[in-house]
Amino acid sequence: MGGDVQTGENEWFYSEEVKEHFFSPKNIFTSEEEAKNYTADGEGMVGSPACGDVMRMWIKVDPKTDRIRECKWRTFGCASALASTSMLSVMVTENGGIKIVDALRLKPGDIIKRLGGLPARKIHCSVLGDKALRAAINDYFKKSGQFSRVLHAEGKIIDPEVNVSDEDIEHAVLEGARTIEDLQKRLKVGIHNKDVLPKVKELIAYYRKKHFGE
Amino acid sequence: MGIYLDNSATTYVDSRVRKEMEPFFSKDYGNPSSFHDMGLAAKNAIEDSRKKVAGILNASPKEIIFTGSGTESINLAIKGVYRANRSRGNHIITTRTEHHAVLDSCRYLEENEGAKITYLDVDRDGIINLDNLEKSITKDTILISIIYANNEIGTIQPIAEIGKIAKKHSIVFHTDACQAGCSQDLNVKNLGVDLLTLNGSKIYGPKGTGMLFIKSGTKIHPIIHGGGQEFGLRSGTENVPGIVGFAKALETCQLSKEEENKRLTELRDKLISGIQGSVPKTILNGHPTKRLPNNVNISFLDIEGEAILLHLNREGIYASTGSACSSESLEPSYVITSLGLPHEVAHGSIRFSLGRQNTENDIDHVLMVMPGIVKKLRMISPVRVNEDELRR
Repeated sequence: MGGDVQTGENEWFYSEEVKEHFFSPKNIFTSEEEAKNYTADGEGMVGSPACGDVMRMWIKVDPKTDRIRECKWRTFGCASALASTSMLSVMVTENGGIKIVDALRLKPGDIIKRLGGLPARKIHCSVLGDKALRAAINDYFKKSGQFSRVLHAEGKIIDPEVNVSDEDIEHAVLEGARTIEDLQKRLKVGIHNKDVLPKVKELIAYYRKKHFGE
Repeated sequence: MGIYLDNSATTYVDSRVRKEMEPFFSKDYGNPSSFHDMGLAAKNAIEDSRKKVAGILNASPKEIIFTGSGTESINLAIKGVYRANRSRGNHIITTRTEHHAVLDSCRYLEENEGAKITYLDVDRDGIINLDNLEKSITKDTILISIIYANNEIGTIQPIAEIGKIAKKHSIVFHTDACQAGCSQDLNVKNLGVDLLTLNGSKIYGPKGTGMLFIKSGTKIHPIIHGGGQEFGLRSGTENVPGIVGFAKALETCQLSKEEENKRLTELRDKLISGIQGSVPKTILNGHPTKRLPNNVNISFLDIEGEAILLHLNREGIYASTGSACSSESLEPSYVITSLGLPHEVAHGSIRFSLGRQNTENDIDHVLMVMPGIVKKLRMISPVRVNEDELRR
């Protein structure tokens, strides 16, 4: 009965650029080994698998020029999310690497423009890339001791000594922190400044409930 | 030429069906309500089709109503029965895993016409608990609507047993049999149903055709008013070629049912075991055996369904996903989360629905490309779901 049916050519919802980055993603790890041994200057992760999108970014920064030298990423999500992260990794490393100050100014719209547009209902799939990058840059600031440069765009600072915001705590909980000890391993929050501990514990409980229903 | 594995979305139109429909477009195009030979020819075609369908359902021709879609039949069944029985009660029992046509009709009655709805839970395989069904019946219950076979995961409900419970409590029972038309028993007396919905576009018939069986004596109001066609229950000039095509499609399906079920079940099980044997970290959604012979629904952990679909599409394989990203909403498949599985598992689900045109070569081709696609996407995924926590 096979001759009875005809399957026509398919129409694509995505631009050529999206397809290119989706099918041939740039700046990815090519083996598990490479990912495991990669030492980044800064690393950030945003999103949750339950929401359908998770993005993780690793950056290497040239301290002399303050430019991003390398950017690796991993993304759980649809074609828009994958292509957006891939394009972002190209945008921050091309032409000798982007200045940190310029990287922090990148917005989802810049990525979408470079991708040749996205279907309207797919825009929300691309809004995490710049957040993941910002998280990686913030992590770099903290790891390299540049606490004064740490940004808290939408967050409220909980521990001014290490510049940790409620947003940082939320990200740490999303990354798996469950206790104050877990959190301190990642953020060094409240180690000297013990007065903030009750507030930090309250926030952990709040974000655990918010994201995991615990 | 691609490999179409989306037959639960819609099927192609069988050439025998097209041939049967052909005269009614431009030759015998009269209006069945007209008082002349052209009208009579059209009317006879409809009545012959009605008899044909009634025969398959072991029903009487006057119990068969032709409609414009499965969705329309469901709307008529739920809203029509509710409104006609409103004086007896306002309670409807259904399940969490119904098609949107049922869920949204119920929600509409809940929000606008005072209905109380019970949405029954399903177990990990997608099957309702009969004790829970019986316990949820109240003195106000006037309708039970339960899907015969689920459109996403293919799980088949114990319709005949539900029918007995409904009968014992004298409650009208409707089943949405849209996915069951080709492969399952449609004998309404065996099933004990008062209403049954079918859809032409899932049974190798024309799109825009549907049918509702309404047992004689069932109180029901029309939802479309006008010229009084279809015993006053579905006004509007009849879609004569569509009705003729629907009846021929149902007949063709049911005639080759046993043979085709056997063939598809073998292909289905080959695809399931082949994927599970070659791709780590997968979960079969739905019941392993009480499922449609053409349904395979598998979640690939740590990756997202739309991304898988695009890779499959590039290989010329057409399937579907329960991921939020391929739908209009931000929520993934409610059918899969109703099984007790987390959202990330629903995001990674792929449905392969087989059909008459599929061969063993098609299955072999899917099995050849699937491991590579999954491996590629997992390499760029930051998520590592703990598989053990999801085991039964």
